[in-house]
Amino acid sequence: MSTMTVESFRPVAQRKPKTYLTEGGRTLSSWLLTTDHKRIGILYLYSIIVYFFIAAVAAALIRLELLTPQGDMVTSETYNKLFTLHGVLMVWFFLIPSIPAVLGNFVIPMMIGARDVAFPKLNLLSWYLFNAGGLLALYSIIVGGVDTGWTFYTPYSSSFSNWHVVTMAAGIFVAGFGTILTGLNFIITIHRMRAPGLRWHRMPLFLWSLYSTSVIMVLATPVLAMTLALMALERIWGLGLFDPKLGGDPVLFQHLFWFYSHPAVYIMILPGMGVVSELITCFARKQIFGYHYVAYSSVAIAILGFLVWGHHMFVTSQSVYAGFAFSFLSFMVAVPSGVKVFNWTMTLFRGSISFQTPMLYALGFIGLFVVGGLTGLFLASLAVDVHLSDTYFIVAHFHYIMVGGMVTAFMGGLHYWWPKISGRLYPERLGQIAALITYIGFNLTFFPQFVMGYLGMPRRYHAYPGEFQIYHILSSAGASILAVGYVLPLLYFLWSLKYGKRAPANPWNATGLEWQTTSPPPKHNFEETPVVTGEPYQYSPEAEEEMVHG
Amino acid sequence: MAEARTALAEQFEDMPQQLEASRQGMWTFLATEVLFFGGMFMGYIIYRHIYPEAFGAASKHTIVLYGTINTAILLTSSLTMALAVHAAQESRQRALFRWLLVTVFLGLCFLGVKGLEYHEDLDEHLWPGAHFRADLPPQSQIFWFLYWSMTGLHAIHVTVGVVVLSMMARMAARGLFSTHYHTPIEISGLYWHFVDIVWIYLYPLLYLINRYS
Amino acid sequence: MKFPIFPPQGSEFSKEVDYLYFALLAFSLLMIIVVGGPMIVFLFKYRRGKPANRRWPHLPANTIEITWIGIPVILMMGLFGWAADLYFKQQRVPSGAMEINAIGKQWMWKIQHPEGNREINELHVPAGRIIKMTLASQDVIHSFFLPAFRIKKDVIPGYYTTEWFQPTRLGTYHLFCAEYCGTQHSGMVGRVVVMNPADYQAWLAAGHPQSTLVDEGAKRFRELGCSGCHMGSSVVRAPPLEGLFGKPVPLQTGQVVTADEGYIRDSIIFPNSQIVAGYQPVMPTFQGHVTEEELLELIAYIKSLGSNPSPPPDATTESQP
Repeated sequence: MSTMTVESFRPVAQRKPKTYLTEGGRTLSSWLLTTDHKRIGILYLYSIIVYFFIAAVAAALIRLELLTPQGDMVTSETYNKLFTLHGVLMVWFFLIPSIPAVLGNFVIPMMIGARDVAFPKLNLLSWYLFNAGGLLALYSIIVGGVDTGWTFYTPYSSSFSNWHVVTMAAGIFVAGFGTILTGLNFIITIHRMRAPGLRWHRMPLFLWSLYSTSVIMVLATPVLAMTLALMALERIWGLGLFDPKLGGDPVLFQHLFWFYSHPAVYIMILPGMGVVSELITCFARKQIFGYHYVAYSSVAIAILGFLVWGHHMFVTSQSVYAGFAFSFLSFMVAVPSGVKVFNWTMTLFRGSISFQTPMLYALGFIGLFVVGGLTGLFLASLAVDVHLSDTYFIVAHFHYIMVGGMVTAFMGGLHYWWPKISGRLYPERLGQIAALITYIGFNLTFFPQFVMGYLGMPRRYHAYPGEFQIYHILSSAGASILAVGYVLPLLYFLWSLKYGKRAPANPWNATGLEWQTTSPPPKHNFEETPVVTGEPYQYSPEAEEEMVHG
Repeated sequence: MAEARTALAEQFEDMPQQLEASRQGMWTFLATEVLFFGGMFMGYIIYRHIYPEAFGAASKHTIVLYGTINTAILLTSSLTMALAVHAAQESRQRALFRWLLVTVFLGLCFLGVKGLEYHEDLDEHLWPGAHFRADLPPQSQIFWFLYWSMTGLHAIHVTVGVVVLSMMARMAARGLFSTHYHTPIEISGLYWHFVDIVWIYLYPLLYLINRYS
Repeated sequence: MKFPIFPPQGSEFSKEVDYLYFALLAFSLLMIIVVGGPMIVFLFKYRRGKPANRRWPHLPANTIEITWIGIPVILMMGLFGWAADLYFKQQRVPSGAMEINAIGKQWMWKIQHPEGNREINELHVPAGRIIKMTLASQDVIHSFFLPAFRIKKDVIPGYYTTEWFQPTRLGTYHLFCAEYCGTQHSGMVGRVVVMNPADYQAWLAAGHPQSTLVDEGAKRFRELGCSGCHMGSSVVRAPPLEGLFGKPVPLQTGQVVTADEGYIRDSIIFPNSQIVAGYQPVMPTFQGHVTEEELLELIAYIKSLGSNPSPPPDATTESQP
């Protein structure tokens, strides 16, 4: 009476539905040569997990070292290489690709009712460029490491530090082209391949965010590529633009670098905001409040984000008037972010709210992003930024946004779309516990850093005066808790692949075209091209309540 | 038409969608290229503003004859490229093939002239560094660094263009393009015109400052 | 274990920055309450299964949006203005400042007092005076950070940056390098010692400085042969330096620049990049022949030259360049 016997009597066609995981081959080369956007999304997921863990180990070593004021665990040179490695891998090889290349790749074509992205082969090329760059970066680390910090300021990077900075720059350069191609692909896909009836103002907000992100990717990343190339050329041949001995200005590097890197932080947060819009609406069973405002706020952030780079340079003796302009614009760029937060909160009003794991992450995002964003105002304030610049206040600020914001949103999105991606359900209770653990661990790690920063604790310090120790201990303790919060999902996601309950097509009862197909979807996403006839997020909290009660 | 059907990639609904997507894709790519070159143009603008005399002195040593010849070559090649696109739109196979070949040839001429020019520049000790000619102020090295990197990057783009257009010519010879389907020719044309426009900016900025003062 | 929350307020300016910081904290708290409060209420009141009125009311959505954009913008503009105003004050050095130089190099701070005292990684200053720091770097970018005074300025090779503070509280405070500069970046720390003026004078005297900064500069001026062209009668026409400092200088290009410290430094290192109107570009460069400290000494000397031309010491034995 075993199930095996029963199964063997089932006609072949019904045995296992064809999904993108099986259709198209199950060999390694069918994956490595795939042009299916869903498989490419998964390839990216595996890659970024690897880079994330290397960078996380570096962070663990850093926090361990900082438990004591003396630099007694690793040498100064090793410490400097560790924080450089952490920054480079986290920024370019984890955060920037995370939501766009994993969730964006997987979800965008389905969300618009298309069979794939506009240029599937370019999509695969992007993944290879990304990893080629990653390998170059890892190579730089293995042969000795780079100690310039992820910001590569000249003339230290171009004239004083070791030559590995060239291979590292090359790695980021190559990976950058992967990013550019991904952005290009998304822009054309969203412009040209929407299903009939899916007008711009009917698109889910995730698409508005990813579209804005892609515009930034496409316009800002080339400037980074050029800047790093110029720095590397100066390193190799000593003939550059940044050498004061030739009358060059090292600060020019900073202008060029931040012209990219400020928009880059919006590349890193906008997709997270897009995910949150999807999650809040689904788990509050409510239409988003202020759809147009939220949609256009993504566009506003993308535009304004290009105009504020000088706020990283208030203490470089940039002109006072430039400082005024950058400070003013930096305050302004907070406005569209505020708009999103207010609208998400208002969406909860008179909703029907449940607290599954994705919602916990979405709510966590709002809380942590608000803190991160408000502390950004401290840094936009000229006189206060002079004091806070290059201290732990900055470190805390950007970790609140990047980790408390982006990583949280990524986790939320990953849990939300996991059933669609894998066809399995993750264990819900564990998911909620992991979310809470990360929230507690995160705040304990990074909140003390705000206090330390105002006290004057500089960043990138291997050893420090004793009075800061208490804060470093709290921070390191928090980091150990945070680590648990990130390891747990890795374990249970892996577990779910084999033992998780099989997921229905729409486990969350969500609106959106991606839920109109099976979990996991077939290779071509839809049997027939869907037609869109209404607004997104057509949820009804009252209907939901009726279902619950009766 | 079997050719037209097989030319439609499976992610697209129909040929017009594919054409539009390809065109938009190339325009977006060209926008990234503008920003890519933009970093160096920015550096040029800033340093020229701070060191006008050093830049003027440095620019006098560029070989304006070669620069002008190359400008003429590239402008002509843009014309021949446009003629190639036109021929493709009208399904004139032989004309398409010939115009593509001429464009490739002109591109190679450009690179040849550039090669000669670089050779002479090196003979004149215009490579920044320890052996840079002593009769120019140190800030002239910044000009010359920009010269080598901007024209070098441009030359790489010309080379890529030459390779792509050669491939287009080969495909044209096999009769793969027609009024119905000539997207690759169009978007290669866009790329080629872009490469020409970059040169049109480089030429006066590098060769013509202070030349006649 | 100590549990400090705020750095000491070493000057009046520190207090002003702290007030602004508190205002920012208050604004942040307000925003957190305005967002977090309703959010928590909604999460509670409208959780699934809890009976509540969920009928969507007719709301003037646009008015709501404009309001919750407009009010924070107005408040933020207030904060912006306050911060900009304080920043402007901070960037302009008041008159009557005592000038001290700091040269950053991997990985130490070299301090030059005008009286000739030199310090490494320590800066003694008298309370009550306005201290103007002129900052120079010998190699990479550093940053001169005094948390107790809430000031920081990057120290950039190739030019001079300045910052000022007016210490009011006696005591010893941190000096940190705040721009990553290589292996021993975290070792590039020191102390600022604020003393009462009498003690400061005593400290200066006890240091037995050989000669003042200006005298050192005069010596360099002679040794490097500057006096050969720039002083007294000479064959080569060179711009006179008496009374030069702070005055406008017309250049050959038609531009007029102000002869500040940066201009003088550039003239010594890149003499042909800014040629004075009416002169030939014949000055040789001293790049590689003069250290940052020596440059600052020369500048101090040139600053001290009034309008009456006075020969430097030992004018009879000057050498030709």
